[in-house]
Amino acid sequence: MIDAQFFFGLSLFLYLAGAVLGALWCLRPRRSYYVSHLLALAAGISGITSSVPVLLGQSPYHITIPWLTALSNVAPSIKLFENFSLQVDALSAFFVFVISLLVVPVSIYAFGYLREYEHKQSVALLGVLYNLFILSMVLVVTANNALFFLIVWEVMSVVSYFLVTFDHEKTENTQAGFLYIVMTHVGTAFIVLFFLIFYQQAGSFDFEAFRKVAANLPDLAKTLLFVFALIGFGTKAGLVPLHIWLPYAHPAAPSHISALMSGVMIKTAVYGMLRIFFDFLKPDLVWWWGLVLLGLASLSAILGILYAVTEKDLKKLLAYSSVENMGIILIGVSLAMIFSSYQTSTFAILAAVALIAGLYHLLNHAVFKSVLFLGAGAVVSQTHTRNIEALGGLIKKMPWTAACFLIGSIAISALPPFNGFISEWLTFQALLLGFNVPDLIVKIIVPLSAALLALGAALATACFVKAFGVSFLALPRSEHVQTAQEVSSSMKWAMGSLAALCLVLGILPTAVVRLLDGVTGALVGASAAASMGVNPLTLAVPSAKIVTVAPLGLALILLIVIPVALGVAYMAGELRTRRAQTWGCGLPKLSPRMEYTATGFSKPIQLIFKSIYQPRKEIEIETDVSSYVHKRIRYELQIESPFEKYFYQPVSAFVLKISAIVRRIQTGSINTYLAYIFIALVILLLLVR
Amino acid sequence: MNFAEIGLNVLVALSQLILFLLLAPLVTGWVRKVKAFMQNRSGPGVWQPYFDLVKLLRKEVVVSQTTSWIFTFTPYLVFTVMLAIGLLIPFYTSLVPLGFIGDAIAVIYLLALARFFTALAGLDAASAFGGLGSSREMSLAAIIEPAMMLAIFTVAVRAGSTSLSTIVQHSGAWDLLAPPHLLASIGFFIIVIAETGRIPVDNPATHLELTMIHEAMILEYSGRYLALIEWASSMKLLLFLTLLANIFLPGGIATQLTFGSIAISLGIFLLKVLVLATLVALVECSAAKLRLFRVPDLLAASFVLSLLALVLYFLLGGAGHAIL
Repeated sequence: MIDAQFFFGLSLFLYLAGAVLGALWCLRPRRSYYVSHLLALAAGISGITSSVPVLLGQSPYHITIPWLTALSNVAPSIKLFENFSLQVDALSAFFVFVISLLVVPVSIYAFGYLREYEHKQSVALLGVLYNLFILSMVLVVTANNALFFLIVWEVMSVVSYFLVTFDHEKTENTQAGFLYIVMTHVGTAFIVLFFLIFYQQAGSFDFEAFRKVAANLPDLAKTLLFVFALIGFGTKAGLVPLHIWLPYAHPAAPSHISALMSGVMIKTAVYGMLRIFFDFLKPDLVWWWGLVLLGLASLSAILGILYAVTEKDLKKLLAYSSVENMGIILIGVSLAMIFSSYQTSTFAILAAVALIAGLYHLLNHAVFKSVLFLGAGAVVSQTHTRNIEALGGLIKKMPWTAACFLIGSIAISALPPFNGFISEWLTFQALLLGFNVPDLIVKIIVPLSAALLALGAALATACFVKAFGVSFLALPRSEHVQTAQEVSSSMKWAMGSLAALCLVLGILPTAVVRLLDGVTGALVGASAAASMGVNPLTLAVPSAKIVTVAPLGLALILLIVIPVALGVAYMAGELRTRRAQTWGCGLPKLSPRMEYTATGFSKPIQLIFKSIYQPRKEIEIETDVSSYVHKRIRYELQIESPFEKYFYQPVSAFVLKISAIVRRIQTGSINTYLAYIFIALVILLLLVR
Repeated sequence: MNFAEIGLNVLVALSQLILFLLLAPLVTGWVRKVKAFMQNRSGPGVWQPYFDLVKLLRKEVVVSQTTSWIFTFTPYLVFTVMLAIGLLIPFYTSLVPLGFIGDAIAVIYLLALARFFTALAGLDAASAFGGLGSSREMSLAAIIEPAMMLAIFTVAVRAGSTSLSTIVQHSGAWDLLAPPHLLASIGFFIIVIAETGRIPVDNPATHLELTMIHEAMILEYSGRYLALIEWASSMKLLLFLTLLANIFLPGGIATQLTFGSIAISLGIFLLKVLVLATLVALVECSAAKLRLFRVPDLLAASFVLSLLALVLYFLLGGAGHAIL
C-alpha cells in the first residue's frame, strides 16, 4: 500500500507541474489551460487521498525539504531557511481535505468555463495562477515554520491579487484588487508582528519551539498575541469590521476562482486561528478571548447577511453572505475557545461539540458556496451581467444550473435535509450549551449571540429567495437573458456533483462528525464522536437530556408522506389542468416590468432595519404641464457602509495626508534615493551595531 | 423493543397524523364561527372548510404559462412538510414515536422550508401581487422566525433539551407564572398570530393588495393546488395552537401509553385548542389590522420579550442544559 505521505507529495508536485507546464506552453494558451487544470484535478484527487487517512486516525506525517539543508551548508546566508518543513496533522489534513475536495469539481468546471475568457486574456496565465494559488493554500495549512508560513501566506495573497485583477480591463476590478492588496497586507503586517513576538520568546521560527514556550509567556505578550492574531487573521477571514475588501475582491475574480476564494481561501484564516489558539496557546487560553471573538463573529453573521439582502450584484451578494457564514463558523470556534478556557474534562467535551459545529459549517460552506459561485459563473457566462435586476426566467433556459443553484440556496439557508441545516443545528446546540458556563458576562452574551444567529439565518432565507427567485423565475427582465443557453456538460457535472455533496453531507452527519473527531480530539483533547453518534444516522448532542436529529429520517419522512399529499390532490379531482396567462391587472399582455424587482423585494427589510442601513435616498420628479403630471421620476438609493464612512475614509485621508508630506523628500532622482539608503544604513549601523 | 411496542408506536404515530390532518380544517372553521358570532353574523358552519376543500379538489386547475416546475411542486411540498411536522410534535402524548428524528429547531426549519418554496412560487408567476406577497412574507419572517426560536429556546433551556417530547414531559411541573415563562409565552402568542396570518398582522379573509401578505403569495393557485395550500394553512394554525397549548400552557398531557390516560389527555388537548382558537378569534375581532410597516414593531416586541426571557433563564438557571 502506498502511504498518504506519498500522495501528499504527489499532489504538491502536480500543482507545481501544472504551474510550470502551463507557463512553458504559454504560446499555446488553450493547451496550456487544459494541461494545468488537468494536473490540478489530479492533484486534488491525490490531495483527498492523502488527507483522509490522517483524519481517520493515521499518525501525522512530517515532510522536510532535503536539499535545503544541503544548500545551507554551502551557503550559510540561507541558514534561516534550513528548518522549512511541512507537517500534516489532523488539523492540516482537514484543511487539505477541504481544499482538495473543492479543487476537483472546480477544475472540471474550469474546462467548460474557458470559453468565457478565451478571447480576452491569456488563459495560459489563468491556469498557471490557478495552480500556484492552490499550491500556496495547501502549503499555508501545512507549513511547520513561521517564516515559511509567512512566505507562502504572502504568495497566496499576491497570487490571489493577480486573480482578482485578472479581468483588468474593468476599472472596478483593479480598484477591488487595490483595496484587497492593501487590506490583506494590513493583516499580514499583524501576523508578522505576531510571529515576531513569538520568535522573541522562543528564539526560533519553528512551530515546535512556539508550543514549548507558550506555557510561560508573560501576560502582556499573551494579550498582544491575541490582538495581533485577531486582527491579522480576522482581516483574511472577513470578520466585521475588517471585511470591507471581501465583497469587492471575490466577485471581481473569474467565477471558479471566486468559488475557491470564498470556499477555502478565507478559511485559511480559520486555520491560522485554530493553530494559534488551540495548538500554541491552548494551555492558557483566556476566557475573554473567546468572548471577544464570539461578539465579532455574531456581528459578522448579522451584518454580512443584512448587506447581502439588499445587494443586486449576484456575485457580490454571495460574497457578503460569505461574511455571514464566516461569522457562523467563528461562533463555533469562539465557543470552543470559551469552553476550553475552563480546562475541565466536562468543558472539553462541550468544546469538542462547539468546534465540530464550526468545522462542520466550514466544510458545508465550502461546498454550498462553491455551487452558488459556479452557478453564478454559469449565469454570468451566458448573460454577461451580474445584475439580478436584468435576469429572470433562467430556469427554463438553464434548468440544470437553476436546479444546482436552488439546491445551493436551500443549503445555505440552512433548510433540511441539506447540509447547512445540520451545522447550524449544531451551532445552536453549542450556543445552548453555553448555559453551563459559570461567568455572568458569558451568560448574557451567549443568548444574544443565539438571537443574532437566528436573525441572520432567517435573513439568509429571505436573501436567497430573492437571489434565486428574481434571477431564475418569472419572465426575463432584459435582452441579456434572451440568448442564454444551458452551459457545457463539464460545468453541469461540476455543479451537479457539488449539489449532490450538499445532500450527502446533510443526511450523513455522523460520518462527517467521525471525520472531524480526530481534529477536535487533537485540538481540545476530548472526543465527542462517541456521544454524538447514537446510531449511524442519528446525531445527538450531549446536553442534560439528550437531543437528537436524524436528517436522513427527515428526508425519508418527507418522501413517505408525499404519497399522502398526492393522494389528497388526486382524490376527487378530474385532474384537468389548463394553462393560461397570468392576469396582467387588466392590461392586454403581461410585461416583465410588472414583476417585482430585487430592490423592491428587499425594500421592506431595508425599511425594518433602516437604522443599520442608513440609506440615502434621492427622488427627482420632472413635471410637465402641471405639478400633478409627472413626466419622469428618478429614484436613487444608496446604502453606505458605516465602517467605510466613519472608519476607513478618515484613516485613508490621514494616510494620504502623511504621504503628501513624505512626498516632499521624493525628488525622483535615483542618486538622491541612493543617498537616502546610505544615510539610513549609517544610522542603523550606529544605532544597532 | 418488542413487536407490541413497535406496533403501539406506529399506532400512536398514525393516529396523530390522522388527527392532525382531519382536525385542522375544523379549527379553522371554529375560528371563523367565533368571529361570525362576535360580529353578530350567523356565518357558515364549522364544517364549511371541509366542503371548501372538497369543492376545490374537484375543480379544474389553471396554471400560468410563465410558471416553472417550482409552482406545481410547491403545494405538494408545503402539504408534505406540514404532515411531516405532524409526526414530530407531541399532541396528546409526550411520547412522540418519531421525536428522535427532529427537535424543535428541525420543526422551525421545516416550516422555513415550506415558506421558502411558497415565496418562490409567489415570484414564479411574474405577477406583481405574487412578488409583493413573497417580499412581505420573507421580510416579516425575518423577525418571526428568530423570535419563535428564542421563545422555544427559553423552554428548551428550562427542560435541558430542545427535543419537543422532553420539553413536554418536563413542562407539567413548571411554574407558569414565573416571569421568564410569562414573557416567552406572550412572545410566542404574538408569533402564533403572525405565523398563522391573523389580524392584526395579516387578514386571511381579504384579497386587498394594501394589506395582504400570505394570500398575495398564493394568489395564482387554484383547484387542487389551492386545496393543498389551504389545508396546509389550517394544519399550520393547529400546529401553532398545539405548540402553545403543550409547551407554554402545559399540563394534562399523557406521559404513558395507557388507554385511560390518553383518552383524558386527548380531551384536555381538544379543550385547550378550542379555547386558544377562540382566543385567536377574539383578538381578530377586537384588534384593527396594523399598517404593514407597523407590523415589524409588534414582531420586534415579541423578539425582545423572547430574548429577555432567554437571558433571564441563562442568568437564573433552569433544570439545566448541563451535560452532567
